[in-house]
Amino acid sequence: MAFTGLFLITFLIVHAGINSSIFLNDNGETFNEFAHFMSHNWIVRFLEIGLFAGLFLHIIQGFLLWKQNSDARPVKYLVNKQSSNSKWYSRSMGILGSLLLLFLVIHVSHFFVGTKVALYSGDKPHNLYDEMKEVFSNLWIVILYLAGVFSLFWHLYHGFHSAFQSLGIHHKKYIPIIRTIGTGYAVIICLLFALMPLAFYLGWLA
Amino acid sequence: MNLTLKVWRQKNPKSAGKLETYQVKNISSEMSFLEMFDVLNEQLILEGKEPIAFDHDCREGICGMCSMFINGQAHGPWQQNTTCQLHMRAFKDGDTIVVEPWRSKAFPVIKDLVVDRSAFDRIIQAGGYISVNTGNAVDANAIPIDKKDADHAFMAAACIGCGACVATCKNGSAMLFVGAKVSQLALLPQGAPERESRVLNMVAQMDKEGFGNCTNTYACEAECPKGISVANIARLNSEYLKAGLSSEEK
Ligand code: SF4
Ligand code: FES
Repeated sequence: MAFTGLFLITFLIVHAGINSSIFLNDNGETFNEFAHFMSHNWIVRFLEIGLFAGLFLHIIQGFLLWKQNSDARPVKYLVNKQSSNSKWYSRSMGILGSLLLLFLVIHVSHFFVGTKVALYSGDKPHNLYDEMKEVFSNLWIVILYLAGVFSLFWHLYHGFHSAFQSLGIHHKKYIPIIRTIGTGYAVIICLLFALMPLAFYLGWLA
Repeated sequence: MNLTLKVWRQKNPKSAGKLETYQVKNISSEMSFLEMFDVLNEQLILEGKEPIAFDHDCREGICGMCSMFINGQAHGPWQQNTTCQLHMRAFKDGDTIVVEPWRSKAFPVIKDLVVDRSAFDRIIQAGGYISVNTGNAVDANAIPIDKKDADHAFMAAACIGCGACVATCKNGSAMLFVGAKVSQLALLPQGAPERESRVLNMVAQMDKEGFGNCTNTYACEAECPKGISVANIARLNSEYLKAGLSSEEK
């Protein structure tokens, strides 16, 4: 979980970084160049396989974890005051992750599939920026994306430092640093992602 | 004070249990929770009913026997506290208190509130022996140990094996207990010779017993009567990773 989680965490930096180029407000020129590079460069294509493998593994591990953990308590408590000893999001990684998976299916069908179809059918270069504009003109989709980012935030907020704990890194000196970086990471990444659909919908971008 | 108690009653490991409701009267706020149970049991005996089976031994917070899940919390509402050290002043007149046994696949209910925690003993046994020289006892300070390490080992050794960590954890994980047992020896030179085999064997036994996996909610640390830190879980993880990579044992 920790290894694949950290791998996906690094991917999100790249993803959020590249997508932020839409905020340059150059009608998506830079962004489309990036998108073109990402879909045509062979190294990136190779890494893409790794990404899906990592994601897949993370999901499988998560599922096995959920299964083993729910088997470990066959009879549930009638009264359980969990809020007195732990945070809701730390106990909700499974459900947050499942919501994220649902979101990802929709997200991939919005942007990834279209790009791939255009790539292999040899049509004219796919304008991903225009596609984003179109997709995010629908209020419901914007709300759905914001909900996805909400799940992502709490998933990352717990997942970041949790990964280090699982790898056995726990040190008085480093824990506060890891916590701060984790919080900063979750806030920045999610803020960027949340601003993307909002910026299109509210017409902040040309 | 007068209280309503809803207590889990279960005849034997196989039968289905259920909550039974009892009333207790004139309970002093200075009584311990177990003394209140003694009063209830005497009342039940006088009524010709089967008294409630519950575990206890020292009644001073050191043996770890008094497992009770009280109003949704292991050992009740007080922090860093066992049930025997929980006093009735934690409750108010007229309160309803729900008492359940530890719930974990690895801790099957024997009767009422008594569970079988021998899975913990088997984990400790799996840790194996510690190599020491026989003959005369060595001088107490013959082996130099860093004060910090000695302190951390001592804090880990404070674990009383009560099982509150497992009972509280939403995953029924025993990582805090095993982390404490591995740490108390891994931190000391005396624990060094069997350091790798110990952690591998204890973790293997832990998995075999059917405990869940840690997802770092840290509920265990919050409910542990001895305040065992989750730093011990991280140490367990790193000991396990290191041993797994370098040890020749499988
Ligand atoms: S770690 Fe704490 S809660 Fe767990 S068995 Fe030891 S003393 Fe009890
Ligand atoms: S009876 Fe020994 S710790 Fe409570």
